[in-house]
Amino acid sequence: MRVSELDQSMSGPKKPKIDWSRMEEADNFAKTVKLFRQGKYDDDSFRRFRLQHGAYGTRMTGDYAMVRIKLPAGEVYPHQLERIAQLSEQYSIGSAHFSTRENVQLHWVILEDVSEILRALAEVGLTSREACGNSIRNVMCSPMSGVCKDEEFDATPYALATARFFLRNPMAQNLPRKFKFNFTCCEKHGMARIVDVGLIPQIREVDGRKQRGFKIFLGGGLGNKSYVGHQLEDFTLEEDLLYTSMAVIRLFDRMGDRKNMARNRMRYLVHDMGWDKFQNLVLKERAIVRATQSVVTHLDVDKMPDEIRRPIRISDQGGSATPDGYARWLKTDTEKQKQSGYRSVFITLEAGDITANQLKALAGMIGDFSAEGKARTGFTQNIALRYVHEDDLPLLYSKLLEVGLARSGALTMAVPIGCSGTTSCNLALTNSHRLAKEIQRKFLELKYDEDDDLRDSSIKISGCPNSCGQHGIATIGFFGGGARVGKDMYANYQMLLGGRSDGEARLGDTCLRVPAKRVIPVIIKVIELFKANKKPDDDLKSWIHRIVNSSGDTEIKTVADIKKAVGPLTIPPTKEEDPDFYLDYGSDASYHTKTGKGECAA
Amino acid sequence: MCRLTDSCKITTDTDSLRSEIRDKSVRVVDVRRRDDYRQDHIPSSVNLPLADLLSDDSPERVQKLIQSLGIDDETSVVVYDDTFGALASRVAWTLEYLGHSDVTLLDTTYSNWKSLGLEHDSDVPEVHNRGHSVSLQPGILATSDYLESAKERDDVILIDNRERLNFLEQHIPGAISLPYLTLASRDRILRPKGEMKRLLENRGITGSSEIITYCGSVGTLSGLAYYAIKSAGLPNARLYVRSFKEWNNLQKPTAKQEDASYWDLSAE
Ligand code: SF4
Repeated sequence: MRVSELDQSMSGPKKPKIDWSRMEEADNFAKTVKLFRQGKYDDDSFRRFRLQHGAYGTRMTGDYAMVRIKLPAGEVYPHQLERIAQLSEQYSIGSAHFSTRENVQLHWVILEDVSEILRALAEVGLTSREACGNSIRNVMCSPMSGVCKDEEFDATPYALATARFFLRNPMAQNLPRKFKFNFTCCEKHGMARIVDVGLIPQIREVDGRKQRGFKIFLGGGLGNKSYVGHQLEDFTLEEDLLYTSMAVIRLFDRMGDRKNMARNRMRYLVHDMGWDKFQNLVLKERAIVRATQSVVTHLDVDKMPDEIRRPIRISDQGGSATPDGYARWLKTDTEKQKQSGYRSVFITLEAGDITANQLKALAGMIGDFSAEGKARTGFTQNIALRYVHEDDLPLLYSKLLEVGLARSGALTMAVPIGCSGTTSCNLALTNSHRLAKEIQRKFLELKYDEDDDLRDSSIKISGCPNSCGQHGIATIGFFGGGARVGKDMYANYQMLLGGRSDGEARLGDTCLRVPAKRVIPVIIKVIELFKANKKPDDDLKSWIHRIVNSSGDTEIKTVADIKKAVGPLTIPPTKEEDPDFYLDYGSDASYHTKTGKGECAA
Repeated sequence: MCRLTDSCKITTDTDSLRSEIRDKSVRVVDVRRRDDYRQDHIPSSVNLPLADLLSDDSPERVQKLIQSLGIDDETSVVVYDDTFGALASRVAWTLEYLGHSDVTLLDTTYSNWKSLGLEHDSDVPEVHNRGHSVSLQPGILATSDYLESAKERDDVILIDNRERLNFLEQHIPGAISLPYLTLASRDRILRPKGEMKRLLENRGITGSSEIITYCGSVGTLSGLAYYAIKSAGLPNARLYVRSFKEWNNLQKPTAKQEDASYWDLSAE
């Protein structure tokens, strides 16, 4: 042990401040499943009940469910991860899945076992309540909130307070459709403009006083049809945060389309009515909400700063050589925090999957390495350990290496997002989940993660047009479909270029259809075109941005030029020439499309 | 006989075992490997490694084996392992099948026994051969032939105790999946009775149905499930002791989960 560490006192494991659970919901769930099986509940009302409690149907079977555990603001504590690991071994397939919205999902759970999971989650203060269905979904917050160099203040307590206010709140139990909040840290870390309500913390001088507030964006969202959100007003004061949220939800509840399932997200309401009119209504509604709250309703924002205490190293492994790959990992998986001496470490997973053993190991590492004693799930199917002291990074790296969690690339384009696709989703047309893994394996092999020109770009893949894989905001995005040559079908993806979710948020432009088995060569070709045509200070993201705005000035000027250049790669071979072409990734049976009733799962 | 009653004792807790050891009223059987046993074990216990038993588990051999461990018809036997009770269950079941009714499982593992700071030593007790009769209990055994006809009956529930992924990939048609890891609670090899009942009731495993358990190969995981079912007060359980391995070798029909690439989510 180093002397400098001796003066740090031992502290027990951190306990969560908020208990999200209600034990009685587990009993109620068990009872309701029984009634349903006895035929005393019709399919539709049971389905609504099940979704409200966070259990999805599973592809092509009524026997299994997927349980989506909400982690509000992405916060999760070591003993909670341990419990999730244990549950995955008991009731699921021995692994868990980190989603794009800071949930953790357990797949292939027997419907009758869901109540046991709810009970075990309640014991550690977690819930899956309102993780699905027409409710307010998990309230997200940037994994960098509180440590981001560019943020004006930490939005985490506001995200937690918002989640707490709306969870089980009667006003949000029967909305026309699901409803999502994203809090973020700064413009760059993004995701505020592609959601129903997106919030970026701001500090402004109002009446001669520096005041906290937010930039609020409304009516964005990704889906079959995607929209970028509109900024409500220049600056929304902190005390108006709740009133604004309530006003928007009340409007949506009253005016949203309850009939047309395909067009009932709030973004359609905003689009159909026109932004000016909607904006006006929100401001008016807010005035009414503000005036009519009989008791002052307010968000219970806990501004007590978290205790930051560097854990004591039990044994110092100083002297032992740093394992290979450390520099690459440091560069592509960690980010400097605004707190000097600390970094946030993002764990590279494959399309969000993690085994029970890895989860358990990770839980241990949080206690051993994170000075905040908890972890945060991220926007890209991953999890971050924050407040790791720079001196502890080599040891953490070797610990991660031991359990196969030290892959590089988490913060780069080499690690794509893929929704669950045909691995479990009813609506899926292709195995987007597996494709994401295949791309990642190939690109890490090619060391694309170390290429600074690619770092800020992204690849995101959905298994159908529904956007759970967020293809619309990717530098290079894909969504799945089927195609055929004669009577032979193959998995096919629509490629989009130039999407982004930051301050210059825009949706990608469609480029061309690429067969699943040609996606990797096509991306490589796009990167080659970029390398050949870039200007000195271009990176891939800025280069593609210029091209989608039709202002390229080299050989490749427009999306059509890219299409022309990669087109030859997408021509299907005959089945005799290349039988593998007609199999989707992860499948050895010939490809066919087959879907069931959608409940939409990312 | 004990197993027909609701109050049947399935496990022995650590305190009871310690006092039985003091009273010398019990034969403790350690089913871990010989080397592990030699290193240390619960005081006064004898060693019967599961692998040794399985090398030939014909009634004649088992009779000889337990006689040599000083077990007669009246001996109270407690079995333990360090494998969440699965190996101990398989040995206990074998004794039961032979006709020895007074056998229970230590309700925790040897590691946990040690971590509780309870006594252990490396002394090998001196045991004298005792006579044990053979009175086979076919009512707790399921053979493949028996299973094949029984599983068509409405009052029979077939339970697969392997992990969920194994089940999804291949299982005996009509089986339901109840992975062995659901059976334990924190530091006990089996959940408390109330919780076990709730788990099974949720899954429709109740009442007077005959319940047959199986697992991957030798009836260890499903042996634990056999005792789990009895611990919940369900009297009518059988162990398909040769389990899926035999079923597959006999090329009997199997089923799998269609239309899902679930393996993609599995541990690789
Ligand atoms: S519905 Fe969502 S999760 Fe399912 S395939 Fe489509 S995009 Fe993926």
